Amino acid sequence: MATHMAEPAAGGADAGVEHLTTEDRIWLLRAMLLMRGLEERAMSLYRQGRVPGSFYDGYGQEAVSAGAAFAMGPRDRLCILHRDLAAHLIRGVTPSRILSQYMGREAGITHGRDGNVHFGDRNLGCVGMVSMLPDMMLVATGMAMAFKLRGEQRCAMTWFGDGSTSRGDFHEAMNWAGVQKLPVVFILENNQYAYSTPLDKQFAVDPVERAAAYGFVGVTVDGNDVEAMFEAARAARERALNGDGPTLIEAVTMRMHGHAAHDDMKYVPKEQVEEWRKRDPIERQESRLRDIGVDIDALRASVKEEIDAAAEEALAGPMPDPVTATDGVFCVGEAEPLGDGQAPWSGFH
Amino acid sequence: MPTLTYLQAISSALRDELRADDRVLLMGEDIGVFGGAFKVTDGFIEEFGPDRVMDTPLAESGIIGTAVGAAVVGMRPVCEMQFSDFISCGFDQLVNVAGKMHYRQGLAVPITVRLPSGGGFSGGPFHSQNPEAWFMHSPGIKVVAPSTAEDAKGLLHAAIHDPNPVCYMEHKHLYRRVKGEVPSGVFETPFTARVARPGSDLVVIAYGAMVPVALEATEDLDGAAVEVLDLRSLVPLDEEAILDSVERCSKVVIIDEANATCAAGAQVAALIAEKGFESLDGPVVRVATPDVPIPFSPPLEAAVLPGVDKVKEACRELLAY
Repeated sequence: MATHMAEPAAGGADAGVEHLTTEDRIWLLRAMLLMRGLEERAMSLYRQGRVPGSFYDGYGQEAVSAGAAFAMGPRDRLCILHRDLAAHLIRGVTPSRILSQYMGREAGITHGRDGNVHFGDRNLGCVGMVSMLPDMMLVATGMAMAFKLRGEQRCAMTWFGDGSTSRGDFHEAMNWAGVQKLPVVFILENNQYAYSTPLDKQFAVDPVERAAAYGFVGVTVDGNDVEAMFEAARAARERALNGDGPTLIEAVTMRMHGHAAHDDMKYVPKEQVEEWRKRDPIERQESRLRDIGVDIDALRASVKEEIDAAAEEALAGPMPDPVTATDGVFCVGEAEPLGDGQAPWSGFH
Repeated sequence: MPTLTYLQAISSALRDELRADDRVLLMGEDIGVFGGAFKVTDGFIEEFGPDRVMDTPLAESGIIGTAVGAAVVGMRPVCEMQFSDFISCGFDQLVNVAGKMHYRQGLAVPITVRLPSGGGFSGGPFHSQNPEAWFMHSPGIKVVAPSTAEDAKGLLHAAIHDPNPVCYMEHKHLYRRVKGEVPSGVFETPFTARVARPGSDLVVIAYGAMVPVALEATEDLDGAAVEVLDLRSLVPLDEEAILDSVERCSKVVIIDEANATCAAGAQVAALIAEKGFESLDGPVVRVATPDVPIPFSPPLEAAVLPGVDKVKEACRELLAY
């Protein structure tokens, strides 16, 4: 198939506004600005040799995680992918802990045990991803299964990429969630490339169409429109909590950088990147908010200030103590389940 | 105390846990309406209902992965692989998601995976394996393997109470052959080794179905006082008990029903070489299945699996050393 192009969200481009206050809409922009700014800072730390290993970012995809995570309640549970930093910020992970995480420092979310965006703060209702994709689809399905068995009004959400749809765990999770009609929201982050592999080598049918085959709703959303993402996730969560089962949301977007820092992306046609640059999710949200009188420059300045302070704090923090390298393989004592996350949407207040 | 078979002891542990703890949930293929391929959960669905004795889709990765999800939000899932061989289809979720979770994120994954394992009944290459060493080599997973009815119940209770992923190796060949007195109610068998029979001339170290083989092979071995050490737990491995037996007996035969290379017994042999060398009065001898798939036809299968005669021969040779 040809490159999959964005389609408008059901209900039009401003479908989310009905459920969003101006404060909410600023929150969404702020989460995206923080994500981009933090990743840019982390990339420069990487180039300085302060971020070991490799570095992955979600430049241009900020709306997918910001919009979707914003629709989740404190008791909902999330399995977040590596290009979805905004979801962690919305749940309440602080920027300095994120930069510490990238740098493998003690104050990072995994205390140096895992790198980059391989983390989830269990105290904020998140389970960190593993590199085998989309393994977390099954974990999210299992969380939703427990919610349903216990009769709780909660849902689970997880993100995965277009390449993930080729693996068995995608099908096992979609099937399981459909058979048991579980309160889970699957977000297929279609960013056109799985590493270097384009969509036409990945699937013969747009995977959003597979949702119907597993017995539930599949919707395609403009993944570069944060309010459309929010609205799709809000509606999916409502379906989940009403007992109407899972939803597959295909967020159509573009990976604007290489797979990781080493990747020059020469396999991507330049015109494709330029075309998508015109649809930058941050510029789009800024333009909407500027139109209603929000001071964007002030917001940008405050985000930059927050990132500067976070970088300073993270750089001052120690590396982990090597004597702890073998600690914590097993849990000793009681198993503590996930805690509740931050949920800033006004709809939860 | 009631006398139960090994299989009844497993059923008893599961039933007691379901009665005692609302968080416990059984998941597996054909375990509900049908009662399980080996009838371990026969009649359970009538007492506990289809939500807690869940007939899942045929999806082993799905079973382990969803169990992880349920566990991290407070459930205590007990997964059944219909045959331990099928864990290969759920291996990624077990070793990469469940096994590494606590180290990476401080998040406990209290799941138990029941793995009906072992050969001896013409199950062929896909229904006879002993995959325990796969898990031993994957950090973050405990591995236990009972050989008696009492331990079958006590180790399963302890596995379900443990806050970590536990692979519970239940040997199919023992299901109805092993019987014994089993205390009623919930009790825990520690993840430590047990001296199945004390001795002083030689120790045979074994676990699972190889324990009764060791006991039978050495019951009357030309008057020698042969100790049999039942490991019961492979992760953690009871180093103290192993080294204690070696010190007292000085000669060691290690039996594995698993394929020999990098088997649990290889780890035991390495431990003895490192920490028990001074106690040895002869080479460490291993009896294990050669590195072949388990063949189907009875004479071929008997030719590869360790049996009473092979163990006797190995012990006699070592005693004469």
